Amino acid sequence: MKIAVCVKRVPVMDVKFRIAADGRSIDESGLKFDINDFDLWAVEAALQLKEKTGDGEVVVFSLGPDAVQEQIRKALSMGADRAVHLKADRVTADALAIARALAAELKATQWDVIFFGRVAIDSADQSVGPMVAELLGMPCVSAISSLEIANGRGTAKRELESASEIVEFPLPVVLTVDEGLNKERLPSLKGIMAAKKKPLESKPAQLDGATISVVKMELPPERTGGRIIGEGAAAVPELIRLLQTEAKVL
Amino acid sequence: MATMFAFAEQRDGELRKVALEAVTAARTLADATGGGEVHALLVGAPGISGKATALGAHGADVIHVCEHAAFSNANPEATAALAASLLKQIGARGGVFAASAQGRDLAPRVAAKLGVSLASDVIELSVVGDAIQARHPTHTGKVIATLALTGNPALVAVRPNVFAPAPSPRAGRVETVAPVGDPGASRVVVRETRGGGKAKLDLSEAPVIISGGRGLKAAENFKLIEELAAAFGNAAVGATRAVTDDGWRPHSDQIGQTGRVVSPELYVAVGISGAIQHLAGMRTSRTIVAINKDKEAPIFKLADYGIVGDVFEIMPALIAAVRAARAHKV
Ligand SMILES: Cc1cc2nc3c(=O)[nH]c(=O)nc-3n(C[C@H](O)[C@H](O)[C@H](O)COP(=O)(O)OP(=O)(O)OC[C@H]3O[C@@H](n4cnc5c(N)ncnc54)[C@H](O)[C@@H]3O)c2cc1C
Ligand SMILES: Nc1ncnc2c1ncn2[C@@H]1O[C@H](COP(=O)(O)O)[C@@H](O)[C@H]1O
Repeated sequence: MKIAVCVKRVPVMDVKFRIAADGRSIDESGLKFDINDFDLWAVEAALQLKEKTGDGEVVVFSLGPDAVQEQIRKALSMGADRAVHLKADRVTADALAIARALAAELKATQWDVIFFGRVAIDSADQSVGPMVAELLGMPCVSAISSLEIANGRGTAKRELESASEIVEFPLPVVLTVDEGLNKERLPSLKGIMAAKKKPLESKPAQLDGATISVVKMELPPERTGGRIIGEGAAAVPELIRLLQTEAKVL
Repeated sequence: MATMFAFAEQRDGELRKVALEAVTAARTLADATGGGEVHALLVGAPGISGKATALGAHGADVIHVCEHAAFSNANPEATAALAASLLKQIGARGGVFAASAQGRDLAPRVAAKLGVSLASDVIELSVVGDAIQARHPTHTGKVIATLALTGNPALVAVRPNVFAPAPSPRAGRVETVAPVGDPGASRVVVRETRGGGKAKLDLSEAPVIISGGRGLKAAENFKLIEELAAAFGNAAVGATRAVTDDGWRPHSDQIGQTGRVVSPELYVAVGISGAIQHLAGMRTSRTIVAINKDKEAPIFKLADYGIVGDVFEIMPALIAAVRAARAHKV
């Protein structure tokens, strides 16, 4: 099986972000980065599929500045075979532009499965996977939380709001991975050593034609919470009163 | 004057609240351009046209209805093909989808077919000169981006529970539209939609969410959460990852960075510490209540009303008090 997996480098989110001087981007100084959560599960799904079918190749794709090679190496150390870095100094806010650049590279190979994360936690777009599928004319199942593939066909589960869907599809296919599908493996020491020697090709990304632009980035207003109204069951009547008279939700 | 498109989402033959929200948002955009028409698209199993009236009442001038047996479950391929073709045919300046599980699957497909961008999970829309501008939370809700969409049509997916459905009666003329190709021939087929019974409020629609964490100690204690939700009458149940990881609740109930993002009028966090990954999914709730035995729990920093104490002591009293308050009102 030929399996592709697209991973994005994203900031670790447990910080207070600062807006850069241009007012339209994040100040990246001092931030830590990692592979997008959902993309770790996409890599894991790709590795499990390869292991199950017993042959084939898992190829990692990532678009971004040179620094993304750090995340690419992590995916390789988990067990992916080789990688392609699509070099772009800045990652655009236009999911379609990213999808086009990835599709332009992916289309050279006949993949059995292309895995994406459900969403990148920085862009919060949840768009690139289905867009690439459309651009390549491939079927797509997004946000899957279970997966079975056998004999050129697959079945997946998608979580909806308080419901779920069972979806059947043929291969080749584009799949985007939700939480719950698997837990990612940690890179072993051996994996980390091996990753250093795995092929990593770097080439310019074909980014063009964005029809979306960032006008402004800002921090949301701080919540003015932090009010403790009492202790134990004795505080319940006061809570009811506040919900009725102040918040007006009861 | 510009024509706007809205996708009207349904499940099991019933319009979802997000359908009215999409039409409301499209109406607002059309009005901001000087009062253009809103065209809604409603696809479903035969009989779905009976649901078009509510769309007219919320601002749709025309409702394009496509009925086909292969639309009884979601059919993203055929739906995307039809939406893209209709957007072109009516010359829409903008198109609004819901940023629901279905809408977030559908909208990017349509955008790629039309070769235009999409603003996802939008919390505010405006028309500025020639561009439609959209505000979109990024970085787990810690940053808000304002985006200008210059593509034609400009596509947006609006966050559920943000664009409150507003009555705005229009003609609501129903027009039958033929599918593009054979919807029965889609490569991807939804065999079954499970759960989400008609009466059950789901997380994206519910004005009130009662959410439980590891502080509840065991799966069976979630009945306290369910009872409080039932006492409110308009509430859905949510959970933390600690809870969904342990299998106390399905993953579809998880709220947070890797779960759902919700914006109810009232969010009640019971036995939840308030880890940043959880806050990412609920910090835009209008009013937040927290119940936790640890007064240092980070959730209290966010809560409008906090009660410090044992959930097993407080919840029975709260359930009874909410029941009593609601009984008085009716
Ligand atoms: C990449 C990543 C993604 C994640 N995504 C999510 C996500 O989407 N959603 C999410 O929720 N989490 C997510 N998490 C996990 C998150 O970091 C926390 O571990 C999780 O939210 C904790 O859940 P909790 O509050 O139920 O449990 P805990 O943190 O264990 O808190 C339990 C709370 O209950 C209180 N308590 C205990 N007993 C009682 C009692 N008798 N009465 C009253 N209070 C009591 C305690 O004081 C404590 O504050 C993610 C983590 C990572 C690393
Ligand atoms: N710059 C990128 N490089 C590689 N893959 C990406 C990139 N951006 C997005 N993706 C993939 O597309 C998914 C969805 O991203 P998004 O649409 O931005 O939420 C991610 O989880 C990745 O799998």
